[in-house]
Amino acid sequence: MLREGLRAYRLIAGMWVRSSMAYRTSFVVTVFGNLTVTGLDFVGILLMFSQVDSLGGWSLPEVAFLYGLSVTSFGIADLVLGSMDVLGARMRDGSFDTLLVRPWPVLAQVGADRFALRRLGRITQGAVVLGWALVSVDVGWSVSKVLLVPVTVVSGAAIFSAVFVAGAAFQIYAQDAAEVQNAFTYGGTTLLQYPPTVFGKDLVRGVTFMVPLAFVNWVPAAYVLGRPYPLGLPPWTAFASPLVAVACCALAGAAWRTGLRSYRSTGS
Amino acid sequence: MSGVDSGFIELDGVEKVFDVRRKTGFMKRAVRQVRAVDAISFRVERGEMVGYIGPNGAGKSTTIKMLTGILTPSAGRLRVAGIDPSRERKRLAHRIGVVFGQRTTLWWDLPLLDSYRLMHRMYRIPDARYRENLDRLVELLDLGALLDVPVRQLSLGQRMRGDIVAALLHDPEVLYLDEPTIGLDVVSKSKVREFLRELNAERGTTVLLTTHDLQDIEQLCKRVMVIDHGCLMYDGPLAGLHEAGESERTLVVDLERELPPIDAPAPARVVRVDGPRQWLAFPAGESAAPLVARIAAEYPLVDLSVREPDIEAVIATMYGEQAERAIS
Amino acid sequence: MGSARLYAAVAAGGFRRYATYRAATVAGVFTNTVFGVILVFTYMALWDQKPQLGGYDQAQAVTYVWLGQCLYATLAIQGGGAEKDLMERIRTGEIAVDLYRPADLQLWWLAGDVGRALFQMLGRGVVPFLFGALFFPMALPTSVTPWAAFTVTLLLATVVSFAIRYLAALSVFWLLDGMGVNQVLMVTGIFFSGMVLPLNAFPGVLGEVVRVLPWAAQLQMPADVLMGETDPLRAFAFQAGWAVALLAAGRLLQSAATRRVVVQGG
Repeated sequence: MLREGLRAYRLIAGMWVRSSMAYRTSFVVTVFGNLTVTGLDFVGILLMFSQVDSLGGWSLPEVAFLYGLSVTSFGIADLVLGSMDVLGARMRDGSFDTLLVRPWPVLAQVGADRFALRRLGRITQGAVVLGWALVSVDVGWSVSKVLLVPVTVVSGAAIFSAVFVAGAAFQIYAQDAAEVQNAFTYGGTTLLQYPPTVFGKDLVRGVTFMVPLAFVNWVPAAYVLGRPYPLGLPPWTAFASPLVAVACCALAGAAWRTGLRSYRSTGS
Repeated sequence: MSGVDSGFIELDGVEKVFDVRRKTGFMKRAVRQVRAVDAISFRVERGEMVGYIGPNGAGKSTTIKMLTGILTPSAGRLRVAGIDPSRERKRLAHRIGVVFGQRTTLWWDLPLLDSYRLMHRMYRIPDARYRENLDRLVELLDLGALLDVPVRQLSLGQRMRGDIVAALLHDPEVLYLDEPTIGLDVVSKSKVREFLRELNAERGTTVLLTTHDLQDIEQLCKRVMVIDHGCLMYDGPLAGLHEAGESERTLVVDLERELPPIDAPAPARVVRVDGPRQWLAFPAGESAAPLVARIAAEYPLVDLSVREPDIEAVIATMYGEQAERAIS
Repeated sequence: MGSARLYAAVAAGGFRRYATYRAATVAGVFTNTVFGVILVFTYMALWDQKPQLGGYDQAQAVTYVWLGQCLYATLAIQGGGAEKDLMERIRTGEIAVDLYRPADLQLWWLAGDVGRALFQMLGRGVVPFLFGALFFPMALPTSVTPWAAFTVTLLLATVVSFAIRYLAALSVFWLLDGMGVNQVLMVTGIFFSGMVLPLNAFPGVLGEVVRVLPWAAQLQMPADVLMGETDPLRAFAFQAGWAVALLAAGRLLQSAATRRVVVQGG
């Protein structure tokens, strides 16, 4: 099932990549456009730091560390599943049905829909900022801190992927409300670019316990940078991101299966 | 494709009920149950070619969606090639082909051949079989010159033929076609029909098609099923449908000048006059020739054309009949 | 007179078309509110560090955030208004039909976009703004004059925003696909309109440049007029100047484009 899904994903994504090559000029422009548009957030941060030395008590390299983790993780999830917001449109125009008569898992087909390499722009951009932050932050690096960085990136990507899948499941019920998903995906990655100290307690609570985005970067970054944990969480939570990611993916998968079953019994 | 088992497609009291939510006021909603398919039972043998017709919203596409595993029936038993479609959607997919009339499954920006290569891998079709099928289908549907053309540059008729090839590359035992000739030009229509006849005759592929075009049915299907309001209204030979519907064709006559209604031999009669143009209705089963000859001999004729009854009209008269019978 | 009625009908059509997407509108309100909350917290932290940044106090900065969320869809700041449909029509060749219409192409699309903007403002813009006013300290005028002037700047902002996107849409005549242009629209729209940071808080030369670009007419001008940070007449002149220049450029490009109408096969 998983192997078949990955194979389907690979084949469909390949078709989309070749389709995008049909308009070469646009492809080149979109690659650069994606790189730039996703970089704008960081330009915004740089502009802010051109006026101040710290934001919420965090220095520029520290904020850049948060930014790099958030954007790289989100970029990976966005590359893999970012087009799921066209699902609602596919249901409205009926083309979703054509996916259901194929011998492939639907999630793989929906995930690979409109796969676009231009999304590498965001990952590249996030990774560059993360790289700069890693050499610029004032941290006594230990083995556990070094190892935690890649683990965090992968866990973060999985958490964001779960958000995308849950959003897709939500679209089955509310086909026109695809934008709600943006509040959690794009909104989430934007939120995580800033230190938790900037935000109100309730908001931080919400993104720690309800939609556990805090485990994408805030919590592990607190350990790496030696900052107080958000909400006074115990130190072991810095290493909990992979567990949170697994739980999120399991929940999102269940939501997707429920949604699909509901679609097939209601036709809408 | 050898074993002759009966009831290749089997439906037993299949139902599909939808909840339709309707806004009745601010934040208030009423839920109404709509029976899109109401206790339908039928059987299609392997190798049959069946027309499935009915007005829009009658439940045709809901039935097709249940047969292809897209939708789960609310009640009843449904089997296609012994498989329960909604439970084993992916296994069934290997054995069926589906063409959604106005919805192409081809890749818009890529050459036609790329879409076929994807099917090749998607259905894990053995290489030799794929080659053989592709060559045969492409030749039959006359697409050889178009394989390297991006789909977006194909005409509607070419795209439809392209979609049919895509649906058949994996040798499905049954082919569902939803309005396969809608919007096509005359040449494409006849090509598609000729191909389907051949496919059915030579490969024994079971074909179930929905259509608005009575000629599709006339030229392709010995058997017709009519569905309306979710119920199966008629299941039998086409001739019987004509009888049941007592459908009529229309002869449109343009005269040189405005004249009183043409005195036509019964049962033909004038149903409408608009200046020099007159409309005559006559039974669909009869030839138009004697009527035309008579009018041409007696009236100053400029032009004429014959209009075929469409399915909606046939069905409408059919229900009229039934309603009358019910009353008497 | 007859043509005025025609364009009014087109505008009404644009309004109604977007009004049918109810769920999408609610979803948009939610998303704009969430983004507003995120931005407000970061701006408050920023203005905590540096009060009077860009001449705004903290309440003004907060007001600016919510105005941005209010105008985000109204002015289609990152694209997604009339130009999207126009691009699609050019791409599919359906634009040929529009050219035979006995109406001015640019005015036709402007009217539709104004209708859309009005709906987006009422349906999608007002609620996040009210939410902001309810939960965060804002600097709103209490007299009628600034609100009246603000209304005028909004109208002019709508025209400038359309004129920018119209130019971008016409480029599809040559590029044949709108994806790249949309990206450019998005980047420039977000950055130069001041969605990332108010333009008056941009440092040095960069700040001087961005404040005279046409995008400054979209969010910065209405915000400054509303909060009494600039002379309304100066703002009107700035916006009207860009509106005329960009619409004229649009007409030039349009006549060049219609000379080479490519009806794609289909």
